[in-house]
Amino acid sequence: MKRLQNLADLQAAAAVTEAAASVQVPHGRLRVLVGMATCGIAAGASPVLDVFRSEVQARGLGNVQVLSTGCIGACRLEPMVEIRAADGSRVTYVKLDAAKAARIVQEHLVEGRVVDEYTIGKEDHRPQSDHIQQARSLEATSFFGRQFRIALRNCGLIDPESIGEYIARDGYAALGKALLKMTPVQVIDVIKQSGLRGRGGGGFPTGRKWEFAAAQSGPLKYVICNADEGDPGAFMDRSVLEGDPHSVLEAMAIAGYAIGAAQGFIYVRAEYPLAVQRLGLAIRQAREAGLLGDNILGSGYGFDVQLRLGAGAFVCGEEIALITSIEGQRGEPKPKPPFPAIKGLWQKPTVINNVETLANIPVILLKGAAWFTAIGTPKSPGTKVFAVGGKIGITGLVEIPMGTTLREIIYDICGGIPGGKRFKAAQTGGPSGGCIPAQHLDTPIDYESLTALGSMMGSGGLIVMDEDNCMVDIAKFFLDFTVDESCGKCPPCRIGTVRMHEILQRITAGEGREGDLEQLEELAGNIKLASLCGLGQTAPNPVLSTLRYFRDEYEAHIRDKRCPAASCRALVRYEIDPERCCSCGLCVQSCPVAAIHGSKGKPYLITRDYCIACGACAAKCPFTAIHKH
Amino acid sequence: MADSTDMTRVTTGLVPEPLDPALEAQLAEIIDSHRAMPGALIPVLHEAQELYGYLPMPVLERISAGLKVPMTEVYGVVTFYSRFSLQPKGKYRIQVCMGTACYVKGAEALLDRLREVLHIDPGQMTTDRLFSLDQCRCIGACGLAPALIVNTEVHAKMETTQMDSLIAELRAKEGR
Repeated sequence: MKRLQNLADLQAAAAVTEAAASVQVPHGRLRVLVGMATCGIAAGASPVLDVFRSEVQARGLGNVQVLSTGCIGACRLEPMVEIRAADGSRVTYVKLDAAKAARIVQEHLVEGRVVDEYTIGKEDHRPQSDHIQQARSLEATSFFGRQFRIALRNCGLIDPESIGEYIARDGYAALGKALLKMTPVQVIDVIKQSGLRGRGGGGFPTGRKWEFAAAQSGPLKYVICNADEGDPGAFMDRSVLEGDPHSVLEAMAIAGYAIGAAQGFIYVRAEYPLAVQRLGLAIRQAREAGLLGDNILGSGYGFDVQLRLGAGAFVCGEEIALITSIEGQRGEPKPKPPFPAIKGLWQKPTVINNVETLANIPVILLKGAAWFTAIGTPKSPGTKVFAVGGKIGITGLVEIPMGTTLREIIYDICGGIPGGKRFKAAQTGGPSGGCIPAQHLDTPIDYESLTALGSMMGSGGLIVMDEDNCMVDIAKFFLDFTVDESCGKCPPCRIGTVRMHEILQRITAGEGREGDLEQLEELAGNIKLASLCGLGQTAPNPVLSTLRYFRDEYEAHIRDKRCPAASCRALVRYEIDPERCCSCGLCVQSCPVAAIHGSKGKPYLITRDYCIACGACAAKCPFTAIHKH
Repeated sequence: MADSTDMTRVTTGLVPEPLDPALEAQLAEIIDSHRAMPGALIPVLHEAQELYGYLPMPVLERISAGLKVPMTEVYGVVTFYSRFSLQPKGKYRIQVCMGTACYVKGAEALLDRLREVLHIDPGQMTTDRLFSLDQCRCIGACGLAPALIVNTEVHAKMETTQMDSLIAELRAKEGR
């Protein structure tokens, strides 16, 4: 794209892309969007894209445009392809492969007939939602229909590798408006009035953060985008980076203008290679178009962005640890204050915002603070993206207004728990959060309500667990994570979490003792109180919240040496049901420790003393005669 | 399939081996091009690891001298971040995602199976240098849990049986 000198150039560029998309061609114009985010590619989207590209070219289908796009949102149904007609109608195909793609090319693109059996409605056989079976497009499903997309507005709609497509959807218009029609103070006022709070976990008001940094004197300030999405189970930031990277760049430039910074850094996880690649491309395109660099759109203001890669340290999601990592050191936190807005990167005032927070900024500037505060709840305006995973019908990304209940997300949007299993808990906030049990499913979600339940918003991972998941084991899993990721600087976190982990290990191994739970609580309280940074202060939360709601499970492990979910291996017993056993002998062959014996014609038996509870026999049994207790 | 007895565990100590001289010039170039950059150490380590596959001591010494950063600090940084490795990795680097979504869907069983099949623990490499095994942090493919990565390719919704055939396939490809 040629360099855009002013606002008129930007509007002209938007018009060019729009015009190209609306040119009338025979049979109507069709846009084929292939979901090519990390999850789409892992599910096999690349061969699908290849078939569409090569077939469309080979058949000379001039009216068809094949594009790769970011995450469409329903990961379980990948690879997904959406075909959009010029009249706005959409058809979503799911779980595709190369052969199915070839058939779609022939029937849909050439003959104009929708291949009904591959559409989303046909794939989604959930009894409770009959209407979904008629749905041909994602938009018409209850999964999508109840969402409200601000941060994800472009994901799955545009080609993230084309700056023109972003500009055509009002991209960089907010930056133009800020630079040419508003003062920095006015920009900060709009963000303050919108009530936008940090989406990375803490929920600090973004406008106030900007105001602190703007109030500092001195020529050197920085803007940092925290794209070190480390919470296991959270992938909304990855989706924005892969699906709409320009929205982050635009917002960073707006933040830079507001606080008086000329340099920005994006600190992104090296675990996200596709995001890194698309961000790099977006930065080059924006520089070329004059939307980064000197004198942006003739305003006289200049701003540039550099990428920095994380190297696999969870603690670097903490803002001061992140700053020390950019400075080239071990990512260790320091006591606050001073806050980064006063003394941040290289001791200069620095604003750090997370990806999802930034993705909201351009929309707020264009539509106004009043529009934004009308969405969500009074204390937490706007929307939140949740990455819903675990034991759930549709795994994927869900953006909903704040104040929506967990029940709506889990049952109405994501289709409930598969396999007729019972819901047990929803885990939010990653290793800093907690497990929310069934009796609180109707709580409207916002920052305060989740904290009151002993969990937290965190960055938005939402893992659903059913009756087969052991809550003690889950607590141990998260502590395992924090023990591993503790940077080691302060003893409460470094040593305290290890001690807690040892107790949990004992409990799940069937060696729990009376007094263990009290000791866990005491340790947890001390770690929360005395740790240096947010990682340590919140590390006990998974244990505390499971103790609060599932204390009986802990007690069953300790007193009865029993795991109610039949999940902890040391406490699980396998038994052969003599009624169902046909003595075929397959279990004997599969047993690695020769713990099963018997003879043809009589039911087999497992010798408990030898059994290591690996489950190999149960997996092999053709008559489902082997049960776990 | 290879006989399991010949695949004994690899030592966990540093493996001293001569550096590939062909890469020396490239390493020098990486260091030179970052000399003026503030906070250059981590970007340089990333690129050096890309070049050698891991970070051998002589490489760290060169980076230390080139960027004028004390060796203690270089070593401190390398050992702090889990992506940096002081040990060589196998031709097929298998990383099992241990994110929450993968964990609740059975990632631990996958890891156990790999231990059994490859006869190594996470962090180790097979003696034939074909496979190394690691656990990794959430790769953000939670919708496709449980997932694992072989080199850069993500394998989604893995089951232990699928994994057995994957390993067998890779071994066959290498003629083992």
